[in-house]
Amino acid sequence: MPIPDIKEKWGSKINTVTIGAEGKRPVQVGGEDSLPFLHFEGATPNQPVIAMDVLDVEPVEWPEALSALFGAALKSPADWAKQCVEEFGADMICLKLQSIHPDFGDATPQQAAAVVEAVAKAAPVPLIVWGCDDDAKDNAALPAVSQVLKGQRALIGTAKQDNYKTLTACCIADGHNVMCESPLDINIAKQVNILVSDMGFPPERIVIFPTTGALGYGIEYAYSIQERGRLAALGGDTMMAMPVLCMVGKEAWSAKESKAPDAEVPEWGPQAERGPAWEATTATVLLQAGADILVMRHPKAVAATRKYIGTLVG
Amino acid sequence: MALTALEIYKNLPKTNCKECGFPTCLAFAMQIAQKKVELGKCPHVSEAGKAALEGASAPPIRLVTIGAGGKKLQIGQETVLFRHEETFHHPAGLAIEVSDALGDAELDAAIREVDALQFERVGTTIEIDLLALRHESGDPARFRQAAEKAKAGCRYPLVLMSEDPEALAQALEATKDDKPLVYAATHDNYEKVAALAKAAACPLAVRAEGPEELADLTQKVAALGVQDLVLDPGSASLAKGLADHTTIRRAALRKTYRALGYPTIAFAASGDPYQETAEAATYMAKYAGIVVMKGRERWQIMPVLTARYNIYTDPQKPIQVQPGVYAIGDVTPNSPVLLTTNFSLTYYTVAGDVENSRVPSYIVVADTEGTSVLTAYASEKLTADRVAAMLTEDGGIKDKVSHKKIIIPGLIAVMTAKLKDNSGWDVVVGPKESAGIPKLLRAWSA
Repeated sequence: MPIPDIKEKWGSKINTVTIGAEGKRPVQVGGEDSLPFLHFEGATPNQPVIAMDVLDVEPVEWPEALSALFGAALKSPADWAKQCVEEFGADMICLKLQSIHPDFGDATPQQAAAVVEAVAKAAPVPLIVWGCDDDAKDNAALPAVSQVLKGQRALIGTAKQDNYKTLTACCIADGHNVMCESPLDINIAKQVNILVSDMGFPPERIVIFPTTGALGYGIEYAYSIQERGRLAALGGDTMMAMPVLCMVGKEAWSAKESKAPDAEVPEWGPQAERGPAWEATTATVLLQAGADILVMRHPKAVAATRKYIGTLVG
Repeated sequence: MALTALEIYKNLPKTNCKECGFPTCLAFAMQIAQKKVELGKCPHVSEAGKAALEGASAPPIRLVTIGAGGKKLQIGQETVLFRHEETFHHPAGLAIEVSDALGDAELDAAIREVDALQFERVGTTIEIDLLALRHESGDPARFRQAAEKAKAGCRYPLVLMSEDPEALAQALEATKDDKPLVYAATHDNYEKVAALAKAAACPLAVRAEGPEELADLTQKVAALGVQDLVLDPGSASLAKGLADHTTIRRAALRKTYRALGYPTIAFAASGDPYQETAEAATYMAKYAGIVVMKGRERWQIMPVLTARYNIYTDPQKPIQVQPGVYAIGDVTPNSPVLLTTNFSLTYYTVAGDVENSRVPSYIVVADTEGTSVLTAYASEKLTADRVAAMLTEDGGIKDKVSHKKIIIPGLIAVMTAKLKDNSGWDVVVGPKESAGIPKLLRAWSA
């Protein structure tokens, strides 16, 4: 028997953002005109993509179960990036400039730009470049980074409510996309988008980073903020209509459930499966709240999430 | 759907007879609208009026109970599509499927493993809810025997999965007092299976392909007198399942469509353990009342249960961790001591940064009713007096360490002098942002 029509008639859609230059496997994200993966209601023209983390210093906090999979490549950002693309199928590389932080090496802008250039040369995919979250150092280094990537249409972050001008100006000049960060607060998320747009930056080159929580550690906040943001965007709020990026791997691998070695928590099952399952489930839940770019770490979690996206996109 | 007093009043006798204890019918209607009295107090309400009011005031998604005694599962009666609109009320049940075609030893082992699927999380136990016994042996007597084993060996209520009325009848005879979920009535067997569920007074799952056919079948089953239904749209893929469960939830809530106004059951059954975990987590977020998994590896179950725990957390209440003293790493009496609040995000952030420092430390978690550092300080839930009381409490942190130094959040540096006076501890002002903790702790130990 016929049942009531429950299709929502959304008037708007998410912006389509292009990351990466021609010849570097550019990716398009966004463009949805319905809630995630509801084919009866709308299209998912660009399926969510997976970027993999690369740090410009060898990670000291990664558990052995994770770092062992990358081996010596962890010592060289360029080798590491290449490995992520060639062996693990990363759609993009997310390069974190940890070394420019005063506590982690205090590298100069020139050194940062050199690392970025090496990684861009080694990896045949688009780049996401992430500062060190020290505003002064970021404002010194990111202009050099932006310049060395000129024309490559990278995604650079982050622009924050109280520190967005330098990055936005560079990205206008060099043709990049900007990642706007907010601390799990939907009003600030919108505010940063407005501030950056008001500088004359095109909204269709903005990606929202609403801050991510891992499964078991605040994911419900991220989930509802992303869901609210998506509903607002589909309802016509153009200052929320940007694709969303989630730091899945960084958060999931901070959780005890993925980090603890087998000897410590035998009742949780083997870390070789437990860790990637924790990361993949974090990704799953965030995809259901409208994530467009997932930044991940464990190759097994990446593969599982890619397959999951495939079954939903069809 | 809540009714207004006027809508209720229209269905009352309007005689102002006062027998309900209220001066007028309108006053009575206002009390009903506020759910302070029951319609039953009116001795004169007509059958038609009663039916109209009960029909309209019934929740759009029925509450269904599976099991009896301590481990009951209640599902349904959800009120929103998005958790931020209010909250999701009744956490979806997680069922683990076991086949009756296993040999005795394997079956016993499977039942034992399912019985042990509990996990500890910061002060809470999370656990599965049901054992779903699937009839694959083809032998009704074996199904009954397996149901008896599961009843005896597993603490969780059962889902009896068979389309054979004879097998269901046998298993129900042995387990009906425990109120298992009978799965499933279909277009082919519904008359017999509905009669069984009705006689045993057990909840019944109804399966048909897609929401349209389901609506058709639930009405037939309900007409036979079984009301406690669980819906299975028989989705062939995850993409279809997401659409089906979303459609059912929207039809029930947005259109008050009664034929689909029941909780649902979904199957995560792709065979690949990672995909199964992802499917189960998806259905936890997107609207299933029960999720059935075949895999029962602990590393698969724990993230699914955690996803449910997070999704069903009430967004209107700050999430708290248990106040007290937490040890991170292999602590010694010389380990540093840090203070924070019991707002879960604050605690998790601090605990994560302490772990990252690799310096074993104690964290003293103050009861700030789930508020963050600044909010707690501003609302006087985090005062020097309260912190001093925790530091000097017998059996507390002072008995665990040989020093008297407390690291407090940089945001409440203003408390330093008073805390020192009240507690006798040295106060070290920590960073304003938790991210600065590793640097501080490494310097401490160096």
